[in-house]
Amino acid sequence: MADDAVAVRELTRRFGGFTAVDRLSFRVPTGSVFGFLGPNGAGKTTTIKMLTALLRPSSGEAYVAGLDVTRQAPAVWRRIGYMSQKFSLYADLTVGENVELFAGLYGVAGARLAARRAWVLAMAGLEGRERRLTGELPLGWKQRLALGCAVLHEPAILFLDEPTSGVDPVARRAFWELIAALAAQGTTVLVSTHYLEEAENCHRLILMNRGRRIAEGTPAELRAAMAEPILEVQTDDAPRAVEALQGAPGVLEAAMFGRALHVVVADAAVAAEVVPRTLAAAGRSVGAVRRVQPSLEDVFVALVRREGGALEG
Amino acid sequence: MLSATRLLAVARKEWIQLRRDPRSLILAFVLPVFLLLFFGYAITWDVKEIRLALLDADATRESRELVQAFEASGYFRVVARLDAPGELDRLLVRSRVTGALVVPRGFARDLAARRTAPVQLLLDGSDANTATIALGYAEAIVAGHSRRVLLQGRRLAMPLAAEARVWYNPTLESRNMIVPGLVAVIMSIIAAMLTALTIAREWERGTMEQLAATPVHRLEVVFGKLLPYLLIGAFDVALTVGAGLVVFGVPFRGSVLLLGGMTLLFLLGALGLGIFISAVMKSQLLATQVAMVATYLPALLLSGFLFDIAGMPPALRAFTLVVPARYYIAVTRGVILKGVGIEALWVQGLSMIIFAAVGLGLATAAFRKRIV
Repeated sequence: MADDAVAVRELTRRFGGFTAVDRLSFRVPTGSVFGFLGPNGAGKTTTIKMLTALLRPSSGEAYVAGLDVTRQAPAVWRRIGYMSQKFSLYADLTVGENVELFAGLYGVAGARLAARRAWVLAMAGLEGRERRLTGELPLGWKQRLALGCAVLHEPAILFLDEPTSGVDPVARRAFWELIAALAAQGTTVLVSTHYLEEAENCHRLILMNRGRRIAEGTPAELRAAMAEPILEVQTDDAPRAVEALQGAPGVLEAAMFGRALHVVVADAAVAAEVVPRTLAAAGRSVGAVRRVQPSLEDVFVALVRREGGALEG
Repeated sequence: MLSATRLLAVARKEWIQLRRDPRSLILAFVLPVFLLLFFGYAITWDVKEIRLALLDADATRESRELVQAFEASGYFRVVARLDAPGELDRLLVRSRVTGALVVPRGFARDLAARRTAPVQLLLDGSDANTATIALGYAEAIVAGHSRRVLLQGRRLAMPLAAEARVWYNPTLESRNMIVPGLVAVIMSIIAAMLTALTIAREWERGTMEQLAATPVHRLEVVFGKLLPYLLIGAFDVALTVGAGLVVFGVPFRGSVLLLGGMTLLFLLGALGLGIFISAVMKSQLLATQVAMVATYLPALLLSGFLFDIAGMPPALRAFTLVVPARYYIAVTRGVILKGVGIEALWVQGLSMIIFAAVGLGLATAAFRKRIV
């Protein structure tokens, strides 16, 4: 328990009559990569802002590096690194000036500054570009620089709020390699995302919807928790096919999965007959039908639906 | 707990941002001088060369001597000569002239007969200020002329002789009074506007969140942001006072050190007020507008710059007590024009200290890293 990098109990945040985070409890073991997964409005950002002592909890408690975020905020700020959802380095400062600013704020100076500065520039691939204005960099580089500035002081715990949103897949993969490298060096990383394929990179995940925890575990545990079989169906018009399958006997859930369908069914053998027949009756073409292992997306979609859907907007 | 390294890191960042922001640069370096020149040339209470229409019905040597006395004074200039009183109305209505001098027929004859010879001065009272001043000049000119006519070269001791001397501004140039006051008005506006953007900009751009998650203390943020603007503010005061001396020929009679010390205190208060507004509004647009209204109008109207405070209704007069520009104007006028020292300005000095404390207090109280 004392070894946990983050411990959260009954954490709640209300904005007026709206409860953004509702009695959330979880633990993050030191050195792990911990993912927050959930649709927009699930309360991921609000949770991270409370854990980084930027937002006061309405009730409940949260400890970061053993420190109470409500009462020991300055000590928390010394031990954490944070990258907010919106790019928030100074666009009108150069790469080098941003690094120096955050070094100054984190008290990194002298030989350590020289070493950390070189490390950040190498990590972000910005060597020789120290004099470029940060605002002129491509988003992927900006994100890596922001990560570099957040870990200049080698924090024990790193908070990343949707760090890869809007970044192309190649840059995203590179970013996750950086996260893995930091975790390998002992940094605990808490990261929120709505890219489900990214979530596979986390050691543990918490699934959130409407401010509540709806599931928690390793990616494998979450997949295993899904008992119902899933059929992948190739068809010509996925959206109409989903409509056609709503309420069909033995069909629990139908959702688009790329250009195909993922259909959650009660019994795989029965459904293998029912599904093609229903689709054909609705005038849809039916290609290959095969049983697949549930992906995190399947788990996620099923759980969110079970909990009454995501918030609008 | 507070760290100079972090404070200087914020100050340095603010300075770099300022240098790269054309809007801030114009506000900091162009606007003060522009305002000084603009107001310096536009505002003048001096009444000179009052445009006069002349109706000389007498047309004698004596009447021409009187007209010459008016013109020789430098305060009046005859721009129209009329033949009939009817034309005067047209000129006054169109504001072609400010007044008219009417010398009636028989003026020379009355003088020769040692009777009182009436002359008429018609003035456009729609500008009461100018009319009053013109009347004063006219009465003095007529009195002087009467004396000359009466004595006709003889010498006679007057029973009473008033010798008026105007101190500190002997030529009664209103510009000498305007420029030091203007420095105070301009700095009230510029100082608050400079910092009004600084916190709101960070909230708007999202950079505040990144800053807030670092160990930087809110006092380090407030003072780090203040530092570059304090230097700029001090430079602006030097610049506007210097421009006043060079361009408008205003004399500087007092102590540079005293003015500098008082200026720093005033700037701390005004810059702090701007930060307070910025932290509360969290929007650059709103903060700018609030800073403008909160500083510009009181500094212009309630500081004693345009209107004498003693002549205001009691409620307004009481309100001027909390207008910082009121005290700073007394400082700039006192030091620049009168050359007075701290012994005459200690009330203002105390007010400056209170203003600085209140401005900084508000700024640090309003700015929080954490959202409640």
